Amino acid sequence: MITVIAFYLFAAMVIASGTLTILARNPVHSVLWLILAFFNAAGLMILVGAEFIAMLLVIVYVGAVAVLFLFVVMMLDIDFAELRAGFAQYLPFGVLLVILLLAEMVFAVGAWTAGGVDIAAKAAPTPAEVPNIEALGTLIYTRYLFIFEGAGLVLLVALIGAIVLTHRVRGGVKTQNIAAQNQRRPEDAIRNVKPTIGKGVEL
Amino acid sequence: MTAFFESFGLPFEWAWFVSMVIGCLVIALPLMLAVAMIIYADRKIWAAMALRRGPNVVGPFGLLQSFADGAKVFLQETIIPSAANKGLFLLAPIITFTIALVVWAVIPFAPGVVLADINVGLLYILAASSIGVYGVIIAGWASNSKYPFYSALRAAAQMVSYEVSIGFVLISVVLWAGSFNMSAIVEAQRAHVFEFVNGFGFNPLLFPMAVVFLISAMAETARAPFDLTEAESELVAGYQTEYSSMAFALYWLGEYANVILMCGLNAILFWGGWLPPVDWAPLYMIPGIVWFFAKLMFFFFVFSWVKATVPRYRYDQLMRLGWKIFLPLSLFWVFLVSGYLMLTRYS
Repeated sequence: MITVIAFYLFAAMVIASGTLTILARNPVHSVLWLILAFFNAAGLMILVGAEFIAMLLVIVYVGAVAVLFLFVVMMLDIDFAELRAGFAQYLPFGVLLVILLLAEMVFAVGAWTAGGVDIAAKAAPTPAEVPNIEALGTLIYTRYLFIFEGAGLVLLVALIGAIVLTHRVRGGVKTQNIAAQNQRRPEDAIRNVKPTIGKGVEL
Repeated sequence: MTAFFESFGLPFEWAWFVSMVIGCLVIALPLMLAVAMIIYADRKIWAAMALRRGPNVVGPFGLLQSFADGAKVFLQETIIPSAANKGLFLLAPIITFTIALVVWAVIPFAPGVVLADINVGLLYILAASSIGVYGVIIAGWASNSKYPFYSALRAAAQMVSYEVSIGFVLISVVLWAGSFNMSAIVEAQRAHVFEFVNGFGFNPLLFPMAVVFLISAMAETARAPFDLTEAESELVAGYQTEYSSMAFALYWLGEYANVILMCGLNAILFWGGWLPPVDWAPLYMIPGIVWFFAKLMFFFFVFSWVKATVPRYRYDQLMRLGWKIFLPLSLFWVFLVSGYLMLTRYS
């Protein structure tokens, strides 16, 4: 009973916040609705028993990706009139995407009802008593090891690529040498002198 | 407790629901009281280190000072700046406060005394603490004011940077414990060193991680010396500048609840949680919850001590510490710990 209530709550919230993400006028509000959608999707994951995926969804998407989104969007100076002007221009492309997605969904439901693919068996590949972190870990690090490491390599290339593309060397910038600063002792910098009256101090 | 409510004829699901609600209240209400007292303790320790008396007027030894402050704040008018984004402005402190409370669900106080004994407990804490930053960011943006906005940007960058190294520290603990479950992590520390001393922190291989975690915890809760988000000499009061009355109080409560949580996490992850320091039978006569709170209070004292003695970091120093020192160090340590375990435990 409670799981049913929770499912409908999360599902309705995902749909509502997803809709509001694209309908909100203010881009910051859009990002916040998107975060709510992520959060409720994580709730749905917990309901199907994939608590590890749910936690990762929150940590990675809500905790890191969306923070950076918000970071960028908050600092943008956005002209709302200009944003709305492009609406008609992008409309055909948007409609095309909607038709594509709808067709895919119809095909997926059709395949499900036809029973060609045994999805029900794939939905629960592990015995219930193994925590799904362990189940996932054993699969990723044994059977899919090369794919997993390949994915890591692709990410590394993307990381280095982003740094190479955005890094520019600027001349004439003074930087601090932390080690030199820490090694500096009072004896290097302070000299006690007793100047007599009327005579200066040589520096 | 679920069985107790089932005996009244409630179906299992609703009995579970009622017992969960009661469990939440049993944790949240004493936590609020603890926050009030810990604010008092913080001010007393801080005062003692500065050779002052600290709060000593309201109630015996000034014990009721926090409650007086609370009543004062409660009776104040809530001022919302006219240019602020009203809904988000009020939502932000609620997020901070709620997240600070929600995390306590997976903290084990004593053997079996935990609201939700889930097997992704540690990930749950990481997830919740990564949401906590939204309270600050939204406050900074919704206030529509310069200083809160600067503060929000600083907070976002700071928390994201230190979460990375906290993540690696937690991985080395999880590798050793072999579980994400908080109770299992505490149990894994029983008789850990020389089959006698309880606690990962006494293990020379994990001690550096305990230090990194303690410092990162200070940065994560934006306590001094990492309180750049509310550096009063630069940013007035940071993201709280435009807040007043209960909205401000929620930030205060949430902040201290987070500090207590981080002290508790230090105790649980590295110093044996509810276990006594050594595995010696007479020490088990003292209830586990006493050991847990004693360790928690010790780390709170360390937090206050640092706050009273260490000057605030500069922003570039903060970033340097997070990215150039802690991140490589903790990453290297994950390799070291996993290599050691691979050689000793799994070969």
